This record gives sequence, structure tokens and C-alpha cells, in this order.
Amino acid sequence: MVAYTARRLMLAIVVLIGMSLMTFYISHAIPGDPARLASGAHAKAEQVESLRVQMGLDKPLPVQYMIYMKGIISGDLGTSVSTRRPVADELKEYLPATIELSVFALIISVVAGVFFGIVSAVRRNSALDHFLRVFSLVGASIPVFWLGLLFLIFFYKQLNVLPIGGRIGIGINPPTKATGLYIIDSILSGDGIALKSSISHLVLPSITLGYSSMGVFTRMARSCVLEVLSADYIRTARAKGLKETIVVYKHALRNAILPLITLVGLQFAYLLGGTVLTETIFSWPGLGSYSVTAITNLNFPAIMGVTLTITTLFVVINLITDLCYAIADPRIVYK
Amino acid sequence: MADIKSFVKFFKNPLSVIGALIISALVMAAIFAPVLATHPPNEIVMADKLAQPSPAHYFGTDEMGRDIYSRIVYGSRISLQVGMQVVGIAISIGVFTGAVSGYYGGWIDEIIMRITDMFLAFPSMILAMAIAAALGPSLSNAVIASSITWWPWYTRMVRSQILALREAEFVEAARASGNTMFGVIIKYILPNCLSPLIVQATMDVGFAIQLTAGLSFIGLGAQPPTADWGSMLSTGRKYMLTHWWYVTFPGLFIFLVVLGFNLLGDGLRDHLDPKLKNTA
Repeated sequence: MVAYTARRLMLAIVVLIGMSLMTFYISHAIPGDPARLASGAHAKAEQVESLRVQMGLDKPLPVQYMIYMKGIISGDLGTSVSTRRPVADELKEYLPATIELSVFALIISVVAGVFFGIVSAVRRNSALDHFLRVFSLVGASIPVFWLGLLFLIFFYKQLNVLPIGGRIGIGINPPTKATGLYIIDSILSGDGIALKSSISHLVLPSITLGYSSMGVFTRMARSCVLEVLSADYIRTARAKGLKETIVVYKHALRNAILPLITLVGLQFAYLLGGTVLTETIFSWPGLGSYSVTAITNLNFPAIMGVTLTITTLFVVINLITDLCYAIADPRIVYK
Repeated sequence: MADIKSFVKFFKNPLSVIGALIISALVMAAIFAPVLATHPPNEIVMADKLAQPSPAHYFGTDEMGRDIYSRIVYGSRISLQVGMQVVGIAISIGVFTGAVSGYYGGWIDEIIMRITDMFLAFPSMILAMAIAAALGPSLSNAVIASSITWWPWYTRMVRSQILALREAEFVEAARASGNTMFGVIIKYILPNCLSPLIVQATMDVGFAIQLTAGLSFIGLGAQPPTADWGSMLSTGRKYMLTHWWYVTFPGLFIFLVVLGFNLLGDGLRDHLDPKLKNTA
């Protein structure tokens, strides 16, 4: 187990270094001159030149990369070209919003997906099973940016019950910062108004995002439960005269849940990356919206920062998932 | 692989039939776009701007008075083309690298696998965005960006198939009868990987359309005035609260096409690979 963990950790580090090289290369291949962009349209050639030197853009690429890597290790991700603020500070502001959104989306997709999967398996080949299969396929096929717009047209414009975007109502103070997640912060500080407002802002984006990955859980839960339901010990449980609900939820689900752990990890990582379009639609102030702005402004320190942050999270989550899986199932021995 | 009985079975599943119908309709729309469209896709009639759906304009018009229905019909060409290109490029790279990786093993395999690990460690949307932005916003760059995020999946798939077949007796026999390495791979191993590849590719065409539409939506794909579903949605967003039809119809067609490829892929899986039937 220790050897396995060490090997996985080494691999994760290699992947991260490779990724940093790749993002660095990509963001430096961007056409357009960031020094000119940062110094504004009316800047003189000398001003642009001095800014270029100041930003380190006159040095050869490998040197720029080494400087950048040195910075990362000491927690410095460079300066945003458009706001002149440290990228690390900006990321710290935007990251909690993205985490809040993807965590809630994940909860929605896991809870709904697993439940539908169990129902599908228990009522196999019934009309309900077919309906749920189509329902989850629709979720995987529907473009999130379109679903988001439809939700806004319906719930904001027609019914006017939910807000159009943002994290909290205009004129409402965000809760005292502890975790950066508005819902948790407002519960901690006992701020009812902020809690209500932030929940109502979170509903549509998290359903939009969660629905897209729900189908994966439905399929997985369905096939796992089906497999377990045909096992001998289930027949024994039934033969003992146990109620069907106890057989399904206590005996079958427990054993079917294991493969779900891996999937939860994978999907969480996927949702973190998939927030880009959802955040754009709902003006959600997270890393997704931040990266779209950064790309339009050719702000490559910011692009690098976002990509590195999200991929690091991605790699770490995958690592944790694999290790959790090993702990959850004692039969698995890693070499 | 496909006898008449299983063929009939494929058409007995209503979902597969719906999928096949949607995709046939898409192909028809792409081929007969000039016949089906009621207006030229880029014809600007300012007097008709933002008109509601009516017999004159089935899906209404946009902010320049262009007919949304006709633009969607022409857009089917772009969507189909984009989906096939992305998957085509991804498969070409994936089959080659996967075959090399699986057949030779050793350090070549190790290197190729670590490279795929690296690509798979990126959330695909983020990677595609970064690449598309670096290359500059255009439809062909969006296609390249999407393909770059896609090939590792095929590499892994082909590799695992080849690992399973490498030691099979018929492969050994083929090798013993004097075929070259690549001859063995192309003539004997790859045909046996086809079923899962076809199923995956069918579904992926839909997802590739979705991904590139997403890129177009944030301005990194097709550029105006191209009649592309994703960029229509992107411009339509400004008018969504006042003119619902503008975003509703292009999005509906992206959704239907992705759904169609998914249903078709699902049906093909049952058809081509009975082993997987009840687990998926």
C-alpha cells in the first residue's frame, strides 16, 4: 500500500510537471502581444518595451519557464496582465465559487442518479426503466449552455421565481468569510437572508451542471445493482423472507456502492472542468468565467493559473479516489 | 458479426430506430440544404429583424432578419462535418499510437501511456479552450483543439484490445506465416477491434458536436456570419429574454443530434457486442 501510494504520488508529480510545460507552451503560443495589450492602446513603443522587460517577456522561453516554476513553488503565479494583481490572489477569490457550484452539482447528480439507477434495476424492463434510461440520456446529450438558457427563460422570465445570475442578490451582503462557500458561511454566521439568497442563486446552475453527469451514475448504479441482485446471497436473503426494500437497500446497495466511489471522484473532477459554460451562462463568479475573460484578454498568467489549479485538483482528486477505493475494499491489493 | 436476426433486433428497439431516424434526417438536411432551406442562410433583411416564428419564417428571424430555420438547415452541414472531423482525427491518431503501444510494449508503451495520462489529466473543456485560444478563434482551430483532447481515449481503447489479442493463436499464426508487424496489426488485429471502436465513435461524433458548439458559444469556434448552431446560440443569448425563439431552436437541434448519436451508439452496442447488452 505504501509502495503503491508512493508510486501514484510520483506519477502525479510527473503528470503535473508535464502539464505545466504544456500549458506554458500553449499560453505562449497565443498570437498577440501581451505587453502591448497590458500597456494600453495609446502606449508608446518604449513604454511597451519597458513593460515587456518588466514582465520578463524578453527572455528566452526556457528561462521564462524556469522563472515561472520557481514562482509556483513559492506560491507566486505571476501578475494578471489585465488587472495587475497577483494571479494567486485572484484565483483564491474565484475558486470557492467554483467549488461550491461543483460540489452541489455533484450532490444532485449522485443522489438523483443513484436513486434512479436503483429504481431502474429493480423495475427492470418496465416502462419506468425505459423512461429513466431516456431521461439520463437526455441529460448527457443536452448542451449545458442551452439548458441553462432555457431555465433562465422559464424560471426567471416567465415565472420570475429564481434570479438570473450571480452568487447572491444585489444589495445583500455576502456572509462573513470563513470558507468562501456562501451557503456554509451563512449557516456558520447565522445569516438567514444571505443563506436564502445564495441558495436561490445556486439552484439553477447546480441543476444545469448536475443533470449533465447524472446519467453516468444512473447507468452505473443500474448495472451494479442488477449484477448484485442476481448474486446467491441475495437469493438467500429473499428466501429468508426479508422485505424487498431491505434486500435492495441493505444487501444489494452496500455491495453495489463500491464502484460508485471511483465514479464520484472522476465526475467531481469532470464537473470542476465543466463549470466553464455553466458559469458563463449564470454569470457565476468562479474560475470558469475567470478563464473565459482571461482567454479573451490574452491574459496568459491567468490562463496558466486556472489551468494549473484545475488540473492539480483533478490529479489530486483522482489520486484520493484511487486510495479510497483501496481502503473501502480490503480485497484490493495494490502492488 | 451482423446476421439478419440481430439486424431485425436492432430495428425492434424503438430507441435505436429513433436514433437512426434523427441521424438520417441530419444527413439528409446536410445534403439537401439548398432544397430544404426557404431562404439563403446569410440573406439580411433588416425590415424583418427578430420576427416571431410564422409561416414565412418557421423558426423566426435573428437580429439581422436572417431566417433561423434556413440557417439551422445549413448549420447541419457544419455540425456533421465538425463531428466527423474531430472523431476522424482522434481515431487516426488513437489507432496508430494505441497499436504501436499495445503491440510493441516496453518503453514505447510506457512513454505513450504517460503522454495519454497527461492529456487525460486535463479537463477536456479547459484544454480545448486553451488550445483554441492559442491557435486563434476559428472553426478549424476548434476542430483541432477538440481532436487533441480526444485521441488518448482511442489510444487506450485500441491498446487494451491489442493487448488482449496479441497472444491469440491466430495472431501467432499470422506472424509465423511471415507477415510484417504492421501487416499483422492491420490485417489481423484491427478488424477484431472494430465493434467497440464503431460504438465509441458513433457516440463521440455527438459529443464532439457538443464540445465544438460549446467552444463556438464562448466565441472560440465558428465566427459570424457562419450559420453554425453554437455561434447562433452565442449571439442569440443577448436576445433570450425578449425573443425566446432565437436561442431555443439552434439549441434544440444540437440536443437532438447529440441524442441521436447517443441512441444510435447504444443500439449499435447491443447489436455488435451482445456481451455488454445488459450491463450498460
